[in-house]
Amino acid sequence: MNMMLMAVGILGAVGAGGATILYFIGQKFKVDEDPRIEPVQDVLPGVNCGACGFPGCNAFAIACVEADELDDLNCPVGGAETMASVASLLGKTASKAAKKIAVVRCNGTCDNRPRKNEYDGATSCAIAAQLYGGDTDCSFGCYGLGDCEAVCPFDAIHVNPVTLIPEVDEEKCTACNKCVVACPKNIIELRKQGPKSRRIFVSCMNQDKGAPAKKSCDVACIACGKCVKACPFEAITITNNLAYIDDDKCRLCRKCVPVCPTGSIWELNFPPPRKKEPEAEATTVDA
Amino acid sequence: MLKTFRIGGIHPKENKFSAGKSIESIAIPTEVIVPLAQHIGAPCQPVVKRGDEVKVGTLLGKSVGFVSANIHSPVSGKVKKIDKALDASGYKREAIFIDVEGDEWEETIDRTDTLVRECNLSTKEIIEKIASAGIVGMGGATFPTHVKLTPPPGTKAEVLIINGVECEPYLTADHMLMMQKTEEILVGTQLLMKTVNVNRAVIGIENNKPDAIQKFTQAAKSYPGIEVQALKVQYPQGGEKQLIDAVMRRQIASGALPISVGAIVQNVGTAFAVYEAVQKNKPLVERVVTVTGKDVTNPCNVLSRIGVPLRDLIDFAGGLPENTGKVISGGPMMGKAVASIDIPVTKGTSGVLIIATLEARRKQMKDCIRCAKCVSICPMGLNPTTLMTLTEYEVWDKAEKEKITDCIECGSCSFICPSDRPLLDYIRLGKGKVMGIMRARKN
Repeated sequence: MNMMLMAVGILGAVGAGGATILYFIGQKFKVDEDPRIEPVQDVLPGVNCGACGFPGCNAFAIACVEADELDDLNCPVGGAETMASVASLLGKTASKAAKKIAVVRCNGTCDNRPRKNEYDGATSCAIAAQLYGGDTDCSFGCYGLGDCEAVCPFDAIHVNPVTLIPEVDEEKCTACNKCVVACPKNIIELRKQGPKSRRIFVSCMNQDKGAPAKKSCDVACIACGKCVKACPFEAITITNNLAYIDDDKCRLCRKCVPVCPTGSIWELNFPPPRKKEPEAEATTVDA
Repeated sequence: MLKTFRIGGIHPKENKFSAGKSIESIAIPTEVIVPLAQHIGAPCQPVVKRGDEVKVGTLLGKSVGFVSANIHSPVSGKVKKIDKALDASGYKREAIFIDVEGDEWEETIDRTDTLVRECNLSTKEIIEKIASAGIVGMGGATFPTHVKLTPPPGTKAEVLIINGVECEPYLTADHMLMMQKTEEILVGTQLLMKTVNVNRAVIGIENNKPDAIQKFTQAAKSYPGIEVQALKVQYPQGGEKQLIDAVMRRQIASGALPISVGAIVQNVGTAFAVYEAVQKNKPLVERVVTVTGKDVTNPCNVLSRIGVPLRDLIDFAGGLPENTGKVISGGPMMGKAVASIDIPVTKGTSGVLIIATLEARRKQMKDCIRCAKCVSICPMGLNPTTLMTLTEYEVWDKAEKEKITDCIECGSCSFICPSDRPLLDYIRLGKGKVMGIMRARKN
């Protein structure tokens, strides 16, 4: 009995001693963390995708807490709602960045762009890009090997097995920028989602001159400049034989869409025009 | 016991069908396409414009920057346009299109076959002539020769190694050049020895070319300082670092240049081009190309002007067989499948290889079985399977530590892998990424 009491006593004393030492060490080396970081992190999506430009949600939360204004900080995944709740937690005003979405700027489907040869190497666009410009005459278009699909953390982009062109799921896309970086051809761009998801863009990256561009792909931009003339807001520019619509200036008037002779300008999610049949391309895409 | 390099190596089936076929000249087509980027380094700046009359040897593109090479007209005629054209890189790049008219050469070029042995030019003048003739490494890497001949200050070459290995299966262009232009190559070697100030040169030739070894041993007797070294057949012995190890028994540190062990390596084709440039004033406007393949009617070695479409070469060899699966520019190990046979011959085109559909098909990749064959055959002593995994998972810092940038892209690992894994494809990708990261860090 005595032995047992002694053992309990010694162990208890050792434990108490250890606890005291640990307590003081804990006090001495305490790391002060801003108490606001944790609640901010809780309202963030927690995907750690890095779309905000910070290495994970924790780093973004710290940046939000430390920043004087939230104007330059935006969580593209959570969007305006998340940023509003972050702002209310911190007593700051949220930025009003428009929601963006990934768009695929190539419509070189098997019908539009005849295949000239066959690639049977490793299934990766990055590897194919080291070897050649693509299995068609257009060396700017999509390889269709799905590097964007593999890198997407939200299951939002998929290569259509029929057209071999990736398609973006508007519901799931958070504009995290990962596919934009992964695409070796720089085909994917983040653009403003637009009111009711309506947006207009040039679905082509071909920088060849008109004749070779048209020859290699039926729906290539041939840089004819008709859209530039049609645009009342000077939103369209042509550089390197390729038209580009600035989504800050574009007011979605749709005047450029019917004038494009190759149908490379796409309008998405607009109601069909009353008189004419809708453009074939515009209906086959969900975007 | 014959010498060879000490780490790794493989011996693929040689298939040298065109061996012994003497070099034949190919007719000049009506239009040639001369790409402005035929070498490693900055592309040339065109110095002609549309409508200009050019002769064979007229300067078309001037080199910009140190690592770059001039490009001369391979034909006489009129410049049709300067536009983008598909080349062996698989991309459309700037090229000069020339409509051929007759075959008129610049007057300065000596077109006779007489051997000129004497050369009274100084080292500097020789290098200048080599640079202005636009000579690049003819083995396929196309590194500008004059850059290689101006080693960084503080280094001293001891031995000049002439690469007559031709370790790629199928190819025989260098072999036939060695047989037919023995003396010229030896004079070229002497000139190269003079430029780098060495008194010893070794010509390395693999033992599967006994006729070339014999001919060179015989001829080299009248050229002091030049010796011939027979080497065991082993791929990739034509690699610079492997050849230095085989000949000199010296290994180069990771990331260092051959000059760090006192060696400078030049291809036999380069030595011949140097001879023609210095002694005959002839710029690099033509080269020997092997056109071959198992089903090709007439595998041959042709002397082709730069800019001639591969189609013409294939037609010369009896046309494209029906079962063609792939056409490769270069050899089967390091060459590259081309996207079209209308691409032009460039300074680096050592061969045109036609492979049948069944053989060309790449097999389905299976799981790595950890047999470590790739590790034991890697001539650079790397671990290819690890490098592939690191690239797949984008672990660039570890890939850098594993010396991914030392890979010479010889393709031995992909060749030997029993699971048909695309090892080199991934390693090449990772190598590019890691090199980019290292460059960014430097700046």
